[in-house]
Amino acid sequence: MPDEKTVNENDAAAGADEHAASETAKRAGRDLSHVAPEVGAAKPDAILTAQGVQRRFGGMTAVDVDYLEVERGAITALIGPNGAGKTTFFNLLTGFDKPNQGSWTFQGEPISHKSAARVARAGMVRTFQLTKALSRLTVLDNVLLAATKNPGERMFASMFQPLWAGTEERNKEKALEILERFKLDKMRDEFAGSLSGGQRKLLEMARALMTDPTMIMLDEPMAGVNPALVQSLLGHIQNLRDEGMSVLFVEHDMHAVRHISDWVVVMAEGRIVAEGPPGSVMQDQAVVDAYLGAHHDTDLGDDALLDPEVLARLEAEEEAR
Amino acid sequence: MEELLRVLTLALGELLAPATAAYALAAIGLNVHFGYTGLLNVGQAGFMLLGAYGFGISTIAGAPFWLALLVAMAAGTLFAVVLGLPTLKLRGDYLAIVTISAAEIIRMLGRSTLFDAQTGGSAGLRGGDYKGSFQDLSFLPDGRTMIGPLEYLNNGSDSWWTRLFAWSLVVLALLVVWLLTRSPWGRVLKGVREDEDAVRALGKSVYSYKMQALILGGVLGALAGIIYVLPGAIAPDAMGRTMTFWVWTVMLLGGAATLFGPVLGSMLFFFVYMIVRAGMRTDLMEFLPIPAKNVDHVAGVLVGVTLMLIVIFRPQGILGNKKELALDAR
Repeated sequence: MPDEKTVNENDAAAGADEHAASETAKRAGRDLSHVAPEVGAAKPDAILTAQGVQRRFGGMTAVDVDYLEVERGAITALIGPNGAGKTTFFNLLTGFDKPNQGSWTFQGEPISHKSAARVARAGMVRTFQLTKALSRLTVLDNVLLAATKNPGERMFASMFQPLWAGTEERNKEKALEILERFKLDKMRDEFAGSLSGGQRKLLEMARALMTDPTMIMLDEPMAGVNPALVQSLLGHIQNLRDEGMSVLFVEHDMHAVRHISDWVVVMAEGRIVAEGPPGSVMQDQAVVDAYLGAHHDTDLGDDALLDPEVLARLEAEEEAR
Repeated sequence: MEELLRVLTLALGELLAPATAAYALAAIGLNVHFGYTGLLNVGQAGFMLLGAYGFGISTIAGAPFWLALLVAMAAGTLFAVVLGLPTLKLRGDYLAIVTISAAEIIRMLGRSTLFDAQTGGSAGLRGGDYKGSFQDLSFLPDGRTMIGPLEYLNNGSDSWWTRLFAWSLVVLALLVVWLLTRSPWGRVLKGVREDEDAVRALGKSVYSYKMQALILGGVLGALAGIIYVLPGAIAPDAMGRTMTFWVWTVMLLGGAATLFGPVLGSMLFFFVYMIVRAGMRTDLMEFLPIPAKNVDHVAGVLVGVTLMLIVIFRPQGILGNKKELALDAR
């Protein structure tokens, strides 16, 4: 385990390429800089705390998380190779799946056995890896649908327009602001089904934002997105944090994670194998093992590695992968 | 020529027939289920039969007209709740299986000797036993009235009064559905139709919206059942799977998820159906190798073929939006 000083340096290095980061970001970075990078570490201001969460499918344990705290107002990345149980864990937290055992609290409130809708109403709103744009609704309607506490969504009240017209008007203004921010305002009257993959991701984020969430959960926000859009997506995620929201996102691409996250949690085979700031966690032996499964039996201290021929062969293999 | 005019008059009569209104109303209900919410209800005839029984049995028991109407609506609501409770949490296909079998159960129970005293078994209930309170409501003067080529009694079973009541109910249902579907509530239904999980992730309780839609469409189905039996009798075997299948044809023909689709679909369906049946019986069609006794069967086959052709070539129906449909690549 690296000592505190190394952690601080790593954090500072990470902070340097984010010179635009706002006060909140700095605060989150500062708060987390004193947290020991070890599995199950306590955070100064945890918004989400999970304990003993297990999900088994037949004989296979897909998720087995002993203890995890997620910091408020920070971007936490949940990474791991394919099949590590990230999405399953994510589905559990957001109420889309039921655990075999375990519990978790959100803002101090137990939410482990609540339905997905109630989890969302509590302020924890998610997006999906395979985007769920509501295709035959317009872009604007997609966002308006997300508005909370709309009296027009009650069956009997909905028949009397004056009861909800005012709310609807205010929601529309807000929705258009959000759409403008995601550069979707020109598509407002198009069917959501006609958007590109990247635009759908943005629309999902816009929709989530419309609910005024406390915590936003993004499931592989970068998957299947045109590389040109990735940069702006990352920017949007940072903006969410800078506005005071907590972000937890699942990703398997380590590079995207590096740039924007304040804290990284690594999963492999259902368990959390490492936690820490993005700069240092990638060097963790457990993480290296999890990601370099192909050579995990190669001793990195092996003298054979000094042999240029062996090294070249390993590198070629790595390229081919 | 005279024969052709007779066929046309018959077909025109179908446009306003109470049965056409009943199918339109049932299809409006099914449209709330399938068109707006994406619920696969394959037992709309069950709701209709239950509505008819609810109305007929309570009237025979002495209930006034409006109470009998409420009983029918309550029966539709109860049926929707019973079917929805276990299935709406599951994937859509389960509702389809449950509704089709539940509708059959209602019909089988109705025609069994078990409740002979109430339902009249397979013979059903005679119209005269339950129509009185409805016909007493009429404010039309007695006599016959001719409008254009159509002439009916003012009051009675197959009368202008029945038509007026039936189509008023259709108009009222259209108004309610229009108010509901243009509202944020309707938007949630459409969201559920597109992707339940996405709507759930936004904090809406999908289950209760699906239940509300199932009840609304079911109540409209129950009312449609009343209209269907007002000019005739309650015969359980006339309200089985074929009826459900026709309601689907009517809805898909007009266009699912459109307001006027079910009404247009019903009018067009029965207009053409009459032309086909009556047309095949005229001398003009003597060259067809179809004996008169088979005309109804051939017409039935044509209905099936029509449904297939609609689904394949114009799944959005007559009033549907092509652009909207092009997106449906799920």
